[in-house]
Amino acid sequence: MIAFSVNGKHIDLDVDPSTPLLWVIRDHLGLTGTKYGCGMAQCGACTIHIDGETVRSCVAPASRAAGKAVTTIEGLSPDLSNPLQQAWLEEDVPQCGYCQSGQLMSAAVLLREKPRPTDEDIDQAMTGNICRCGTYPRIRRAIHRAAEMAAKGGAR
Amino acid sequence: MSAGMERRQFLKFSVAASGGLLIGFYLPGVSTLGSAQPLASTFMPNAFVRIGTDERVTVIVNHSEMGQGVYTSLPMLLAEELDADWTKVGFESAPVDPRYNHPAFGMQMTGGSSSVWSGLEQFRQAGGAARAMLIAAAAQQWNTDATTCRTDSGAVFDRSNRKLTYGQLVAAAATMTPPAHVELKDPKTFKLVGKPIKRLDAAEKLNGKAIFGIDVKLPGMLTAVVARAPIFGAKVRSFDDSRARSMPGVRKIVAVPSGVAVIADSFWQAKMARDALRVEWDEGAMQSFSTTQMMEEFRQRAKSQGVSVRNDGDAASALSHAAKKIEAVYEVPYLAHLMMEPLNCVVDLRPDSCEVWTGSQFQTVDRANAAKVAGLPAEKVRLHTTFLGGGFGRRANPQSDFVVEAVHVAKAAGAPVQVKVIWTREDDMQGGWYRPAFLHAIEGGVDANGNPVSWKSRLVGQSIMAGTPFEAMMLKGKAYDPASVEGIDDLPYAIPNVAVEYHKADINVPVQWLRSVGHSHTAFAAECFIDELAGLAQRDPYQFRRELLRKQARHLGVLDLAAEKAGWSKPLPKGMGRGIAVHFAFGSYSAHVAEVSVTDGKVRVHRMVCAIDCGQYVNPGIIAAQTEGGAIFGASAALYQELTFDNGRLQQTNFHTFPVMRINESPQIETHIVENNEKSGGIGEPGVPCAAPAIANAVFAVTGKRIRRLPIRLAEAV
Repeated sequence: MIAFSVNGKHIDLDVDPSTPLLWVIRDHLGLTGTKYGCGMAQCGACTIHIDGETVRSCVAPASRAAGKAVTTIEGLSPDLSNPLQQAWLEEDVPQCGYCQSGQLMSAAVLLREKPRPTDEDIDQAMTGNICRCGTYPRIRRAIHRAAEMAAKGGAR
Repeated sequence: MSAGMERRQFLKFSVAASGGLLIGFYLPGVSTLGSAQPLASTFMPNAFVRIGTDERVTVIVNHSEMGQGVYTSLPMLLAEELDADWTKVGFESAPVDPRYNHPAFGMQMTGGSSSVWSGLEQFRQAGGAARAMLIAAAAQQWNTDATTCRTDSGAVFDRSNRKLTYGQLVAAAATMTPPAHVELKDPKTFKLVGKPIKRLDAAEKLNGKAIFGIDVKLPGMLTAVVARAPIFGAKVRSFDDSRARSMPGVRKIVAVPSGVAVIADSFWQAKMARDALRVEWDEGAMQSFSTTQMMEEFRQRAKSQGVSVRNDGDAASALSHAAKKIEAVYEVPYLAHLMMEPLNCVVDLRPDSCEVWTGSQFQTVDRANAAKVAGLPAEKVRLHTTFLGGGFGRRANPQSDFVVEAVHVAKAAGAPVQVKVIWTREDDMQGGWYRPAFLHAIEGGVDANGNPVSWKSRLVGQSIMAGTPFEAMMLKGKAYDPASVEGIDDLPYAIPNVAVEYHKADINVPVQWLRSVGHSHTAFAAECFIDELAGLAQRDPYQFRRELLRKQARHLGVLDLAAEKAGWSKPLPKGMGRGIAVHFAFGSYSAHVAEVSVTDGKVRVHRMVCAIDCGQYVNPGIIAAQTEGGAIFGASAALYQELTFDNGRLQQTNFHTFPVMRINESPQIETHIVENNEKSGGIGEPGVPCAAPAIANAVFAVTGKRIRRLPIRLAEAV
């Protein structure tokens, strides 16, 4: 039995602790916003937060979540109110959309660490997230825009 | 907790994705179809739109949303003619039905960058017809002449500005006769079309709610992972599942035509057990296949005459009299589509029915093929199109490989069964249906004034149409596959003697259309070689093209626009260079200028300036997004991507060995749209072909070395 929280809800789950968190989240918890892309921490589609830090859930065993707080895209905000989601809408970022959960989860940690990121900061934080549709120029603009929005909205 | 979440997921899915559940209730003639749904609450005048008393306008879209924006651009067309309130407009994927067939291709499918141009009339007519019926209903209610009424933002008004909203008119409109003729708007009065309207599907792609095929969950559903042949054409000789069978969650292990399927409670259990299978393969004829050897054979073959595709003047004789000559051999490898969402397919098989959920680009074909395997008539198969986590052509498979396999798995497991087959990334990359490898051997010559007098192209590569049900239709009596030579058969330059020949290679590697298809290699070869001819003539590559395109106004238009916006004549910092390319594909004209630097043999693309002429357009925001995405897709292939085989086995497995451009490598991209009233062309693919040659030509500008093979490796440059 593994006990942890997902998006603020307590979970007790009877699951093989070596199962990657990605599949626990998708198959056992039914939260399908976190995506499978590569299974080897190459593409970032499965990015989640554990205690506020980005984790590639496709290679993280379920045991790693024990006693910790997991946040998935479904927990980023209940109503698209996160400045990143707002900026993503403003820049009309998604195409197929499959990678965008992971992109947003990586960007969220970037903005917390660097509220006004430079292009180099963005490169560094977002390089692990592949987008096959090629939305990178818009992702970059959206991150800058979200940073501005968050700054205008006061300390978050 | 878990069960509750699952149930919510399922309900959400039912609402979001199962358009097919609704069709039974909403087909025309709907009012006679029984009362399973409160019919008075909706007005569905035709197959493409449904209006509710809640004012919601739902546009039923017959093309698949794989990122290219059809769930926005097609509803825009309908909403425009309907005069709908855009904030009330939504979309739904169409079920499989002949009424949703592609008007030009005669079946339900998405491809060829054709959704918008083929849907222009269809969606405008559907919106206009609905509007006429709403007006008729309002006029009847007011006892006034319909011609005195007008519509605006989801409501009908009479001369005295009395107002009835579309929602209020639903019941009455449903009793009106559809108009025999619909008067379409003058494009000058468009309110939505032509504007950068934001995507309707963006929000649900930012909060995890969008349902892709891989996210579909049915009650009691099992998950399967399949052990497939490591070599194309290999067959299972025997398998030992003794270990796999005893692993947790494993329900069944079954042989299917493509290999051995492990069916378990969850993906991870199925995958672990699949990996524990021991399968002996009869490796077959491809066991010694190597791409190195194949390319050597292509080079040999290019020395002999191929099937004539184009023959203007006498290219051979003109070449022998040319003042200066040059020859070059361009080579491109097999490429994988590599959609972010690996292939998957959900099947609910019952004794007398079959339901399929998948991200399909080929609904008519997939349904027919699923029905064949299930042993059911096509009408007994319902196929639901989910969001596609990328398509790029892979999900339009002539054999429906990923759908057929899933039905085989369900059948082998035994109906009734609900099963989702998921391909791992490795399975997906190694599963075949690639962009074929190609070789272009080109010879050209210029006269004493530097004017090109001869161009002779010889292509060697596999045909993507050979052996498919579309071969006869596509070849149209020609001796060659047009998709192999598209983009070089219509070389636009004013060169008096042009010969194009093609050698079809017969190799048992499954190949298929991949975003921009033949243009993905013909533009690279042609646009690099025209640069080589410019070099031979000692001319600027942009000016050289300009002169040869004097009579090609639309080529010239994009070429000039890209050059101007890029500041072609302005100097760049030392160590940087520009390259240019222009190409016509899928009804649209495209030109790119790339700015690159080369450091320690590594090419970095800093900026791409793209000009696009797709004629009359619907959504310039989506055009920009597709052009940006196309440029990056083409740049990925140019810089990084190559599939190679050794001993019949593919040597690439995942993103680390078949890389995709990442954000830190991505250039700045500008898109400039040519404004005109020409016929609408495509936009999903035309942004791809120019990227590779523009980059390769820019590398030459920096290094003085010609790139003749993709992906670009400077050590090989000449």
